[in-house]
Amino acid sequence: MINGLKLFGLYLSMLGNVFSRPENKKVYFRKVVDEMVNLGVNSLTIVAIISLFMGAVVTIQTGLQLNNPFIPKYLIGYATRESLILEFSPTMIALILAGKVGSSIASEIGTMRVSEQIDALEIMGINSAAFIIQPKIIASVLFFPFLVIISMGIGMFGGFLAATLGGIISTPEFLQGLIYWFEPYYIFYALVKTVFFAFAISSISSFFGYYTRGGALAVGKSSTKSVVWSCIIILFINFILTQLMLS
Amino acid sequence: MIEVKNINKTFGENHVLKDVSLSFMPGKTNLVIGASGSGKTTLIKCMVGLHEADSGSILFDSSSFDELDKKKRRELRQQIGMLFQGGALFDYLTVEQNISFPLNMFTEMGEEEKKERVNFCLKRVNLNNANNLYPSELSGGMMKRVAIARAISMKPKYLFCDEPNSGLDPQTAILIDNLIHEITQEYKITTVVNTHDMNSVMEIGDNIAFIHKGQLAWQGDKDSIVSSNTKELNDFVFASKLFKKIKKGV
Repeated sequence: MINGLKLFGLYLSMLGNVFSRPENKKVYFRKVVDEMVNLGVNSLTIVAIISLFMGAVVTIQTGLQLNNPFIPKYLIGYATRESLILEFSPTMIALILAGKVGSSIASEIGTMRVSEQIDALEIMGINSAAFIIQPKIIASVLFFPFLVIISMGIGMFGGFLAATLGGIISTPEFLQGLIYWFEPYYIFYALVKTVFFAFAISSISSFFGYYTRGGALAVGKSSTKSVVWSCIIILFINFILTQLMLS
Repeated sequence: MIEVKNINKTFGENHVLKDVSLSFMPGKTNLVIGASGSGKTTLIKCMVGLHEADSGSILFDSSSFDELDKKKRRELRQQIGMLFQGGALFDYLTVEQNISFPLNMFTEMGEEEKKERVNFCLKRVNLNNANNLYPSELSGGMMKRVAIARAISMKPKYLFCDEPNSGLDPQTAILIDNLIHEITQEYKITTVVNTHDMNSVMEIGDNIAFIHKGQLAWQGDKDSIVSSNTKELNDFVFASKLFKKIKKGV
């Protein structure tokens, strides 16, 4: 318990350092753009693949559950859309990104720590926490919502393919379901969640990387810890925000 | 000039530095020697501010590092160059980008001016045509040279080197030692080199401090080290057969 509080205190103190004034705004801006490419654009393929299959599976499973002549078929499209927007795209993609992006952030920063690159930055008079972590957090918070929107779109397309090619329902019925009783607030809710998830993934992974002590083995452990904790915190935030925004 | 006054540092129960006081002169290659675990690296890390000493003070040209506020500390750190044991080059940057990194961060230099400075530094460390290589493409000796080039790119007043020739063959090690020595004299830098390599001591040791079990056990120059009567120093210096033979005059 005490160790947990100490760790949380250290995390907050790191965040204090991270959000201090940059030494050179131009260099920081360039780093944010680089990180958007590294963390965001480079995750597009995996997000697209997962979303496509996720949408398809959701449609097939919903089709199986709604196999009743009294339930209109277009509800399969509706259920697919709602599942993707409310839960699958933001949360599932966040969990995937916690694995892909989180481990990459933790191992990159951890390696910088054990190879004394962070010490080199400090000695030059650079706030190492701000220089390394701030662009990653900003890039994640700005770019992950786009990934989630793309995931929603591709997921629905995956559902559409499964529904029509698998003969579950007809194209017009599926499309009718997709636009049926659309609530824009749900998109807002999903994006708010994503922003929180993005912050959690990037800051928690950076934290474990930044405080890595030891050698290569410690880098691996930091990477694992960052993924585990990011996933736990994502699920916790998901619960809290759902309670606050939807109940 | 750098003055270290009554520095103490503990890690848990381990008292690593015990009341160490030293002074390092500008234009001289000041060596801190001692066995592994004697406290050399801790001392150097306290001096550059990577560790905070429990007590005592460190003066850079009479201004105390500990009493400076965050901003002033940062400004002072921009006058410090450091060569790390493993080079600590940024592996995602090329040689040229590594050397121009501090220039990008802290100066208003134009691209041409920066390029000129980078090429000057690379030439100074005898490294040509390496601008576009990545650290993973460099040999150990080249990495150390690039690290020296990066350390001098901002024209530092103080240069710290943590075991600069570890992992290098004897010939390259001597080249690196001499390079550090030449740069120190040329730019009148206060250089502090942390080493346990006796070849370095005999090559470039203008002022040598011997740390034993966290305490300053001896101070002198390379000429007086072989004639010293300090037992701990003799045990350290004449540990190898070669140096035993030198002592016997063989």
